[in-house]
Amino acid sequence: MPKLHEKLKERWPEDVVELHDFRGDETAVIKRESLLRIADFIKRDSQFDLNVLIDLTAVDGLPLKWKPRFEVVYHFYSTAKNHRLRLKVRVEQEDAVVASLTGIWPVANWFEREVWDMFGIRFEGHPDLKRILMYEEFSGHPLRKDYPYNKRQPLIGPKN
Amino acid sequence: MTTTPEIKKTRTESMLINVGPSHPAMHGIVRIIAELDGEKIVSSDVEIGYLHRAFEKSAEQGGYLQVIPYTDRLNYVSPLINNVGYCLAIEKLFGLEITERAKYIRVIMSEISRVTDHLTCVGASAMELGAFTVFLYMIKAREFLYELIEEVTGARLTISYTRVGGVKGDLPKGFADKCRNAILETRKILKEVDELLTCNRIFVDRMKDVGVISKEDALAYGITGPFLRSTGVDYDVRRASPYLVYNRFDFEVPVGEHGDNYDRYLCRMEEMEQSMRIVEQALRDMPEGPVLLDTEGNVIPAAEMADQGKLGRIEGLPGQTAAVDPTLEGAHKENYASVETDNKRIALPPKEDTYTNIEGLMNHFKMIMMGHGIRPPKGEAYFPVEGANGELGFYVVSDGTDKPYRVRVRPPCFVIMAALPLMINGGMFADIVPTFGSVNMIGGEMDR
Amino acid sequence: MKGNESTGFFTSTINDMIGWARKYSIFQYPFVTACCGMEYMATACSHYDVDRFGAGLPRFSPRQSDVLFVVGTISHKLAPVLKQIYDQMTDPKWVVAFGVCTCTGGFYDNYATVMGIDTIIPVDVYIPGCPPRPENVLDGLIKLQEKIQNQKQEY
Repeated sequence: MPKLHEKLKERWPEDVVELHDFRGDETAVIKRESLLRIADFIKRDSQFDLNVLIDLTAVDGLPLKWKPRFEVVYHFYSTAKNHRLRLKVRVEQEDAVVASLTGIWPVANWFEREVWDMFGIRFEGHPDLKRILMYEEFSGHPLRKDYPYNKRQPLIGPKN
Repeated sequence: MTTTPEIKKTRTESMLINVGPSHPAMHGIVRIIAELDGEKIVSSDVEIGYLHRAFEKSAEQGGYLQVIPYTDRLNYVSPLINNVGYCLAIEKLFGLEITERAKYIRVIMSEISRVTDHLTCVGASAMELGAFTVFLYMIKAREFLYELIEEVTGARLTISYTRVGGVKGDLPKGFADKCRNAILETRKILKEVDELLTCNRIFVDRMKDVGVISKEDALAYGITGPFLRSTGVDYDVRRASPYLVYNRFDFEVPVGEHGDNYDRYLCRMEEMEQSMRIVEQALRDMPEGPVLLDTEGNVIPAAEMADQGKLGRIEGLPGQTAAVDPTLEGAHKENYASVETDNKRIALPPKEDTYTNIEGLMNHFKMIMMGHGIRPPKGEAYFPVEGANGELGFYVVSDGTDKPYRVRVRPPCFVIMAALPLMINGGMFADIVPTFGSVNMIGGEMDR
Repeated sequence: MKGNESTGFFTSTINDMIGWARKYSIFQYPFVTACCGMEYMATACSHYDVDRFGAGLPRFSPRQSDVLFVVGTISHKLAPVLKQIYDQMTDPKWVVAFGVCTCTGGFYDNYATVMGIDTIIPVDVYIPGCPPRPENVLDGLIKLQEKIQNQKQEY
């Protein structure tokens, strides 16, 4: 009985680049251009039926010298079939743009704002991409590995 | 006959009201910008991020065990659930199974934390509607549970109780009776609150059909927990993907119908009762851990023992038992094997071993010092746990060293706040207060 | 710290009386942000009652209160709001830094946290602890009351 990520590879063989199943979490790495197509498919298809977007985040691979540098990670869940899937999309630093999933799952609005705020990855098609956790006068993207941990940019008060 | 005066057409425009960040009805800090037409809300926007404390970046600075105090302060009304979730994610990376007794202890403490969370939520939201007595009763019940938690872990709120591989120390003697007493008192208080609120005309009028959200909207926004269950979808992580020993207990998951504030209140009250049922069953079924033989003989304080050894007076020293500090009660050697795994790469040795033999000392050193420490294999793991607000997930990426590479918390109330404009638009301004109260927004979890 | 040695007997008695009246009728503005808020709630409620010290009525407007309890971590995004609230309060006013995050920043030495609110506003009493036990809070409150009694009153 093929698992979920393997079924995805059978259906879209050129778009799924890598598969793994570490500790039972089914994961598929897909190409950036195919994200909207595959996201729409997994929501509508009756075998997948992944109707809930649980989480959207990113990982920065600078010290491990990942090429491309960033990895955007999506977690999906199906309430009807009780199974989960993780999708990953890899983006380069110079061209850090990914399609936005706001049209399919409205909750992606806030998650993508947070990834923009913390990592600097843009989402194409997002209605209002602005910072959510930091203030607008902040410059830089804090969760990147090259942003120092205690570099403060105070609005008022001393700088130390 | 007087002619009716001509009423001039008055020009109206909508008013922008800023609720917060520092407002008495906002638990924690959030800013709601509401555009009003008279008393009706035309549109609204929510601004968060006022309590961003950089949890995810702090987790990358030290070892795996040093993240545990930061996780306490995520959802600070139910801190044990965060600890348990984080340790379960790391244990999934290792592929480790912990001892039975540790699993039961984790379940008991998680459920007690869930009860404190719901008590605080219902109490605070009732206070904002004017029922100050209910708030005092709920906080009184919470004090009983805080005393219980303090007996076991040593602190009331920020406990850092679990470790990778088990829990820090065993339950103290006489815990089962104290726990049953506390549950009895809490049940009495819940009964009183039920009589005060559930059929109260004012409460029902303010909460029924207010803040309604439909099933489809709730799923589209990724909402989970009592919020989703009040709309009619039966999804609970403890049932869907059971972790620890939840599959052995007999408990019900309350599911509502209308998706309004009143259903959420009823869901939370019923969940508290079910949590207490789980605790009673766990106390009954908990296995005893293996008990090692107590070495009779001279027992001297550990610090003095180390001093004597340094001065060269070593006759009679080897083989003696070290008496460790009373704050380590529950972590003595005879209980240790029942609450911590015996995998030497993951769990610290018992303190008697650290002070008395070189293998224990080297083991302790290897685990604590920087550059050494626990090293999960390379990879990533996501572990969902049922938090008090919904699915609390920890996504941990490890690169094989002793520092976590990336720790991500999936916050349950972040997504609920994203859906808040849906619930208050079209309603009256005064309805923001009960709706926001039933959201149970915890700033530490939302902004991390 | 008695600043009234150079004044006569009558004025120093007036000073003490006003101090006595002010210390037993504290109207607090609880600026609650994070985990310390739970211990603030526990102190204010029936088990560790703070009402018996005269400080039991929170006034939810800065213009109507005299003690600003800053409870919980202050981030840089929130710092201008705190300063504005402090400026809005009318004299005489006192500030209590509740919890170690407000005293010195706690263990959050990172890009987002203010390392102690005394870099922004002047503080009168520091209550350390993470979170402080309710007994600590009552101890801090009694110290604040002593300070109010002994300072030179402006009126």
